[in-house]
Amino acid sequence: MASPNTAPGTGTGSASGHPDNAPGHAGSPFAYAPAPESRSVVDIAPSYGLFVDGEFTEAAGGKVFKTVAPATEEVLSEVAQAGEEDVDRAVRAARKAFEKWSALPGSARAKYLFRIARIIQERSRELAVLETLDNGKPIKETRDFDVPQAAAHFFYHAGWADKLAHAGLGPDPRPLGVAAQVIPWNFPLLMLAWKIAPALATGNTVVLKPAETTPLSALFFADVCRQAGLPKGVVNILTGDGSTGAALVSHPDVDKVAFTGSTEVGKAIARQVAGTRKKVTLELGGKGANIVFDDAPIDQAVEGIVTGIFFNQGQVCCAGSRLLVQESVADELIDALKRRLTTLRLGDPLDKNTDIGAINSAQQLAKIRELTGIGEAEGAERWSPECELPSSGYWFAPTLFTGVAQAHTVAQEEIFGPVLSVLTFRTPDEAVAKANNTPYGLSAGVWTEKGSRILAVADRLRAGVVWANTFNKFDPTSPFGGYKESGYGREGGRHGLEAYLDV
Amino acid sequence: MSTSTPSPLAGVASSDSTLRRFLHGLPGVDPVGLEARAAALGTRSIKTTAKAHAIDLAISMIDLTTLEGADTPGKVRSLAAKALRPDPSDRSAPMTAAVCVYPDMAATARAALGDADVKVASVATAFPAGRAALDVKLADVRSAVAAGADEIDMVIDRGAFLAGHYLDVYEEIRAVRAECTGHVRLKVIFETGELSTYDNIRRASWLGMLAGADFIKTSTGKVGTNATPANTLLMLEAVRDFRAQTGTQVGVKPAGGIRTTKDAVKYLVLVNETAGPDWLTSHWFRFGASSLLNDLLMQRQKLRTGRYSGPDYVTVD
Amino acid sequence: MSDSDGKGRLTVLKTYKLYVGGKFPRSESGRVYEVTDAKSRWLANAPRSSRKDARDAVVAARKAFGGWSGATAYNRGQVLYRIAEMLEGRADQFVREVADAEGLSRAKAAAVVEASIDRLVWYAGWTDKIAQVVGGANPVAGPYFNLSSPEPTGVVAVLAPQQSSLLGLVSVVAPVVATGNTAVVVASETRPLPALSLSEVLATSDVPGGVVNVLSGRTAEIAAPLAAHQDVNGIDLTGAGGDAALAKDLEVAAADNLKRVLRPSGQGGPAADDWTQDPGTRRMTAFLETKTVWHPTGALGVSGGSY
Repeated sequence: MASPNTAPGTGTGSASGHPDNAPGHAGSPFAYAPAPESRSVVDIAPSYGLFVDGEFTEAAGGKVFKTVAPATEEVLSEVAQAGEEDVDRAVRAARKAFEKWSALPGSARAKYLFRIARIIQERSRELAVLETLDNGKPIKETRDFDVPQAAAHFFYHAGWADKLAHAGLGPDPRPLGVAAQVIPWNFPLLMLAWKIAPALATGNTVVLKPAETTPLSALFFADVCRQAGLPKGVVNILTGDGSTGAALVSHPDVDKVAFTGSTEVGKAIARQVAGTRKKVTLELGGKGANIVFDDAPIDQAVEGIVTGIFFNQGQVCCAGSRLLVQESVADELIDALKRRLTTLRLGDPLDKNTDIGAINSAQQLAKIRELTGIGEAEGAERWSPECELPSSGYWFAPTLFTGVAQAHTVAQEEIFGPVLSVLTFRTPDEAVAKANNTPYGLSAGVWTEKGSRILAVADRLRAGVVWANTFNKFDPTSPFGGYKESGYGREGGRHGLEAYLDV
Repeated sequence: MSTSTPSPLAGVASSDSTLRRFLHGLPGVDPVGLEARAAALGTRSIKTTAKAHAIDLAISMIDLTTLEGADTPGKVRSLAAKALRPDPSDRSAPMTAAVCVYPDMAATARAALGDADVKVASVATAFPAGRAALDVKLADVRSAVAAGADEIDMVIDRGAFLAGHYLDVYEEIRAVRAECTGHVRLKVIFETGELSTYDNIRRASWLGMLAGADFIKTSTGKVGTNATPANTLLMLEAVRDFRAQTGTQVGVKPAGGIRTTKDAVKYLVLVNETAGPDWLTSHWFRFGASSLLNDLLMQRQKLRTGRYSGPDYVTVD
Repeated sequence: MSDSDGKGRLTVLKTYKLYVGGKFPRSESGRVYEVTDAKSRWLANAPRSSRKDARDAVVAARKAFGGWSGATAYNRGQVLYRIAEMLEGRADQFVREVADAEGLSRAKAAAVVEASIDRLVWYAGWTDKIAQVVGGANPVAGPYFNLSSPEPTGVVAVLAPQQSSLLGLVSVVAPVVATGNTAVVVASETRPLPALSLSEVLATSDVPGGVVNVLSGRTAEIAAPLAAHQDVNGIDLTGAGGDAALAKDLEVAAADNLKRVLRPSGQGGPAADDWTQDPGTRRMTAFLETKTVWHPTGALGVSGGSY
């Protein structure tokens, strides 16, 4: 390509004769000044207890742990570590509350959920800042995605509460009882909404455990429940680590287990509940393929690839972590992608112009480093845009691996970070075969301007969500969940209700 | 003058069929994705020093425009005065890039602007409809050039384009181009609202660039849908890709409907993150606007004084 | 079983075989076991399938999956209806086998066979309706067409009920294949003969080879490798219902690749199996995935459809 700044022979254009305004005069730098969202909208207490039966209480064992801001490693608060005794107390509170809650008319439950939706909307800025602090993701995502979607989930499910008999799931759907819900750290408040909204709408009560590294938005949600006047014990929040989650899932008086997280833990839960009456839904890992054909709308495909793998620093179970590009356009696409990646802005998650925030934890960062190290060692070509990483906090630059084969670790294992593996294919058959060649089956993307090809490929992909000429789109009405080892059951939409009902 | 098509694309316009094949072979545009990208860039938060920089940059990129049946020499002279000194209360405010007028007002504008570094842009080719015989259109261009226009804003024959007569559109642009003698730069207006689809806008962009446009411009300001962030983004992608393929840089001018500082800054973000900083100069990016200028000036005063300004503190010309 | 037809002629006994990939092999192990009637009288020797037979059946079922799941729903309905037709034509044989297996009177056995035929007809009618009932468009808040459709989960291991040798069998197999899955069926351990004979009906009913594979033998022995098999996508534990420890072990094994598990009655499902009741859709949806596809829509033109 010709030097960008010399535009020789521009048709007959040539110079304008104005020296300070001539062709070749480099454009003025347009550096975006820092635009931080104010932290003052959120008031984080120095410590939090467990939210059980409508009250905040200390853990029975008195244990606590710290939660830090991944962007700065600053300690944000200290939260209680729930043990078995606390789990039992919370399940009993939920059981006690279940009787009245499930007996309420659906229209009354609906109103509570509508209230919650509205309060989340009212407190959206506070919740967005809080989530960004505790999770490390950019404020633009919490502001424009996590929090509005969380409110939308409550709003959608509120409307179902008094219409369950019309959901086509049977004439007399009944709630299951107490739901044990364990959620991940990648979308703390939104995953809470995905879990709690359908559970409550269908008349169940819940004990929810947020992830160890992101407990705060769930604790703030407890206050939302208080403001909404939700009866005590309907929602109980237990903070803790994996052992808390295991105790909760295995509690004998739990009727329903809903888990979002790793496939490894999902399998352990599936074993754990074997032989019980507990109904289970599992939302697990993925290695989503984003398939780009030579007739794709290329600029939109580039955006879709970027959204697919760099949204939320790639810490998304349905991320498009494998790019499958038709060999005939591979070079062109990869060039365009690299050019696009140079415009990504990594840094302070509270800055409204930040595209890439911090990795959620030191542990996750270590895992990403390990897997990318293996990718290099196995011979894939690694590339990142020039990108200065902050000196404190957990950071990882957007990374591409090209020349990747199916046999490479980076094409098989879920990295859960801003790392894209690029593979090529020659024919649609090969693309589908490679896309499906994984134990996972959560998501896939297909990019082509040919309508019949979209339908044919979407039909053959073994994945629960297929995005055609788009990626990473979510909606409360749209069921979400995987095939194969990506788990079972669906969340969202009419389908998601079934997971919380005896039909 | 050099009128050959840049070499990597040689032969593309050798016949109607080769041209059609080329234009229809360009990647398609998914409207939802395009608009989503434009909207996402619209959420950039441009504050403090960045905003001050953007405001001055935007002022310097304005083709301050009057294209009314009621235009008079007096109106054009006062517009020229405004272009030269947008804010009488603050000499540090930059001049606009150009004033944009009808051909019969080009001489008046030229005289009013004198030697100042503000260009005279003249619409031509039977603006805005473009429905006239070729020789009439060319005469239109010649008269504007003769009157001292530095820049010609031509309209393409949308009828021919929509009928699929791409070579006719191409040849007409070439013919106009040939009339832009000396240092006169040619802006090619597509009237994106009439082309209707993004695929058409992408094709028109390439057609215009192949034919030798110095600028591609969205619209006349005379139809329902004028410049939008999405169609401007699409044209910015086109000039970016054209330069990557040919080495030739082409400018972009959104026109019509851009009235606020907030909007203008969004367009600058589009430029910055799509075509890149090389386009962030009045030589390669323009706003076709009139009321935008006063909003920029009020915002500029606000940044300078800390107080919100009002319409009585900017001039109406 | 009588040795003669009452006219002094010695009857020809049938060698019961497995049904795998559309063929009728013996067990690779060469083993058989005695099958007796309700009064413990010898009826036949049935093949006692090994883990390798289970493996072969999974291979056959996987091979058949693409074609069967890709067939039109209308076509699958026609095939299921054809099974009913064939079963109707051989009703006498099945009345005899069911009466022997379950110790029923001829009249009661006839009612069971009729109900089995009707159950097949019922599912034949479901093939092209289930997608309309459980799928549909989702009104997302954006310019997207969003459609959820059910898809078969893949290869499903079906442990047929131990008591109801034909009606129960048909009631668990038909929903699995009606929805486009392929099945590896473990017949009732002590009452396998109607299942093995049903294979012969399937083989003459336009059911592509491998869509239904029937194994007889010890349920626990065959089910264990199926539950652990990484290329099996789902398992129906109905036939393990009488043995809670077995059902639990199988569910634990099934977790290794997160098989879809349909627990035996009493665990999350109905309290007990009554095969004469309306089956509902539960057995179909248990082995259906939901695929949701998003397509951008957007306006017709840049002016937002102002025409």
